[in-house]
Amino acid sequence: MAENHKKAAGRLCYLCNQRRAALKRPKTLEQFVIMFGLFVADSTVLAYVLSELNRRHNYGLDLFLLSVDEGITGYRDDSLETVKRNEIQYGLPLKIVSYKDLYGWTMDEIVKMIGLKNNCTFCGVFRRQALDRGAALLKVDKLVTGHNADDIAETVLLNILRGDIARLSRCTSITTGEDGPIPRCKPFKYTYEKEIVMYAYFKRLDYFSTECIYSPNAYRGFAREFIKDLERMRPRAILDIIKSGEDFRISTSTKMPEQGTCERCGYISSQKWCKACVLLEGLNKGLPKLGIGRSRGLDNNHWKDVKQSNGTKNIEGKQCGSLDF
Amino acid sequence: MQLTLEFGGGLELLCDSVKIHNVDVSPNNEVDKLTMKDLLVWVRANLIKERPEMFMKDDSVRPGVLVLVNDCDWELSGQLDTPLEEKDVVVFISTLHGG
Ligand SMILES: [Zn+2]
Ligand SMILES: [Zn+2]
Repeated sequence: MAENHKKAAGRLCYLCNQRRAALKRPKTLEQFVIMFGLFVADSTVLAYVLSELNRRHNYGLDLFLLSVDEGITGYRDDSLETVKRNEIQYGLPLKIVSYKDLYGWTMDEIVKMIGLKNNCTFCGVFRRQALDRGAALLKVDKLVTGHNADDIAETVLLNILRGDIARLSRCTSITTGEDGPIPRCKPFKYTYEKEIVMYAYFKRLDYFSTECIYSPNAYRGFAREFIKDLERMRPRAILDIIKSGEDFRISTSTKMPEQGTCERCGYISSQKWCKACVLLEGLNKGLPKLGIGRSRGLDNNHWKDVKQSNGTKNIEGKQCGSLDF
Repeated sequence: MQLTLEFGGGLELLCDSVKIHNVDVSPNNEVDKLTMKDLLVWVRANLIKERPEMFMKDDSVRPGVLVLVNDCDWELSGQLDTPLEEKDVVVFISTLHGG
């Protein structure tokens, strides 16, 4: 708890214990939540490292684990079991939010309705919002995710390919959403995925990895493949891409989409309705194509770059593992 | 040559969901020592039951698959040229988690 650290004003140097401290640790945050996305190795290492540092250095953080139940029989069950073991191993309270509770649909039901074509779009959009809502339910100050250097480099590339200037200028920040209710933070921004997986292996951390049964080949698409090829040729390439993302300067005259809130659910959105609400509306009306592909009357010009035409590679039709900041 | 092979990070799914395999691999001929290059060929032919492209690309592992020989990153021991000895433990971990 922050109370223990309040005597900062007259605090003495940690080393000599005589003179005034010249450097002070920033004000301790009280409540943190660690999100378990699908990248369970990353989240597991993050949970382990944060809880270990918190314990060793008395940061006074209240840590929580947050995970999503997408309602995929036989897939998420096992991974949630692992997260529940983490809850016990690290002694951190766990909150699980489910698609069923939040949206009234499980992924199994969605797939039954829409088939296997765009299921990952639903899964990805719903997951991001589910985690934000879970964090809000827990009333935490900050949300941390296990996104690593490979993820950030991939996102930089994808945002350049999509011409998404607004996201490009945000995606390399360690902390985003500081003006919003719950800032998100990515402590592993410069940590290679390789290092994280090695760490998990040598520490014998208990993490779960398998494929989503609805897209067994969703090994994250061409951008990831490209990043991994670059890494093999020249490992620094990953950090170089992040650096170029950071150094990108966007002309101040560029018109940026306004960040507003969804009229229906209040979630941040640059459109009238947020993407989850549009998708949900489609499901509930039996028109699951709504919100996928070109805009359909809901003034979603945001999705105009999405071509749902046959055969062309659809960047927006991302695998559910893809990232979004 | 007796070796222990371990598959993780989802790679075990390509070999009947078995993580640890105790195998007996012999070099191509009496003179040559067995290297990682030979082992990969052997694994692909004998253990990988589906989607070999998830495991290999050209004659090496797919980028994003970590390889440890006796808990040492094979990038430090010569990658494909890493020599193997009796009772070595080779670990393959995919970092490319699925969707
Ligand atoms: Zn999926
Ligand atoms: Zn909404």
